[in-house]
Amino acid sequence: MDRFEPKIIGFLCNWCSYEGADAAGKSRRKYPANLRVIRVMCSGRIDPQFVMEAFRVGADGVVILGCHPGDCHYKEGNYKALKRYHLLQKTLAQLGIEKERCTLNWIAASEGEKFAEIVKEMVKKVKQLGPIDNSE
Amino acid sequence: MAKPNIALYWCASCGGCEEAVLDLNENLLKVVEAVDIVLWPVAFDFKYKDLEAMKDGEIAVSFINGAIRLSEQERIANLLRRKSGLVIAFGSCAHLGGIPGLANFWDREAIFNRIYKEVPTIDNQECNIPKEIVKIDGKELALPVFYDTVKTLSQVIDVDYYLPGCPPPPDLILQALTAILEDRLPPKGAVLAPAQSLCGDCPRKDSKPEVIHIKEIRRISKIIADPDRCFFEQGVICLGPATRSGCGARCIEANMPCRGCFGPLDNVVDQGGKFLSALASIFDTNDEEEIKKRVDSIIDPAGTFYRFSLPSSILRRRRISNN
Repeated sequence: MDRFEPKIIGFLCNWCSYEGADAAGKSRRKYPANLRVIRVMCSGRIDPQFVMEAFRVGADGVVILGCHPGDCHYKEGNYKALKRYHLLQKTLAQLGIEKERCTLNWIAASEGEKFAEIVKEMVKKVKQLGPIDNSE
Repeated sequence: MAKPNIALYWCASCGGCEEAVLDLNENLLKVVEAVDIVLWPVAFDFKYKDLEAMKDGEIAVSFINGAIRLSEQERIANLLRRKSGLVIAFGSCAHLGGIPGLANFWDREAIFNRIYKEVPTIDNQECNIPKEIVKIDGKELALPVFYDTVKTLSQVIDVDYYLPGCPPPPDLILQALTAILEDRLPPKGAVLAPAQSLCGDCPRKDSKPEVIHIKEIRRISKIIADPDRCFFEQGVICLGPATRSGCGARCIEANMPCRGCFGPLDNVVDQGGKFLSALASIFDTNDEEEIKKRVDSIIDPAGTFYRFSLPSSILRRRRISNN
């Protein structure tokens, strides 16, 4: 019996969150291999279309990770991400994509453990939701 | 020399695009002097078999309006594609899916249930719903298949050009017709309207401040909008920034915000997503609770941002299994 292994796309900002993910690796913290990381320079670079395209091509979940508020390498990019994220979640819900499938979190460069926990949580949650259905 | 043949056909449409052609007024006389109309269901009595009998490419240009919602529409769109040199997607529905595209929030079962059973004014005790094949008196009657998903014209056939608008304004139609007759068309796939957003042409653009911040989203029906100031700046959702220009800002002149019928600019696939990004970016707060309040005050983001463009968007429709 096939067990569903969700495909999670992660958009990580180059500065804090990517470093944080690296920190998880350096301290040999295990986290599920379901995550595919796409590095962007800033979470504010994330166009809602990226998230939609990820779901269209078969991602079952999307995580967006950026610097903590106040720590953005470009000052306010993460606030842009935060604003777009909330409006995007509401819009995606109307398109039948559950809110839990797209999450936003702040990861500092040292927070390897938090990064691993976020990925584990996401995989667990999306396993419960099941695969995304793109049939027409 | 024989005049070129043209065809006009309607799919899932309201008929407004046919009226837009009539809105050419006296210019219509010039058009019919220059071309022969071989198919136009709203106006002339040609039959499908006349169309089937034509040679491939016999029609110089077909103008197809309306979205694809029935198998009949898909069939005729394919037939017209074979018989035509050029196919022009005419109007928002053919271009982007249009208003009929909003049906992509539901599927056939939900739509039929609502229309044939649940609507309060319906008296349908036998729960009759349209079926594809019905046998009556030993004969078989067929209805076209009603698809779950509304599609744009380019999602079923190869489209050469797009004339945007709901409906396309008469001057844009005339420009396109003239360009065709004079063989002055841009590269294939172009949208036959300017390559800038409505903001560039807006009569209110001089009133726009350097930076726009939205403190509060206000609904156009609940306020009396200032007729001289930018809508966005008044907190009213106006899709101008994410919408192609070329309409003459007719809605703005009528003190109504842009609804996005001309579709996105070049290199943008998903008009709603692009607008979502623009709108959220200018919320006048960095506080998460305040952001959530702003988002809550937007009643129907998907319907508003994708009012004309849902079938053409990246996700195309609401996930079916979640209905």
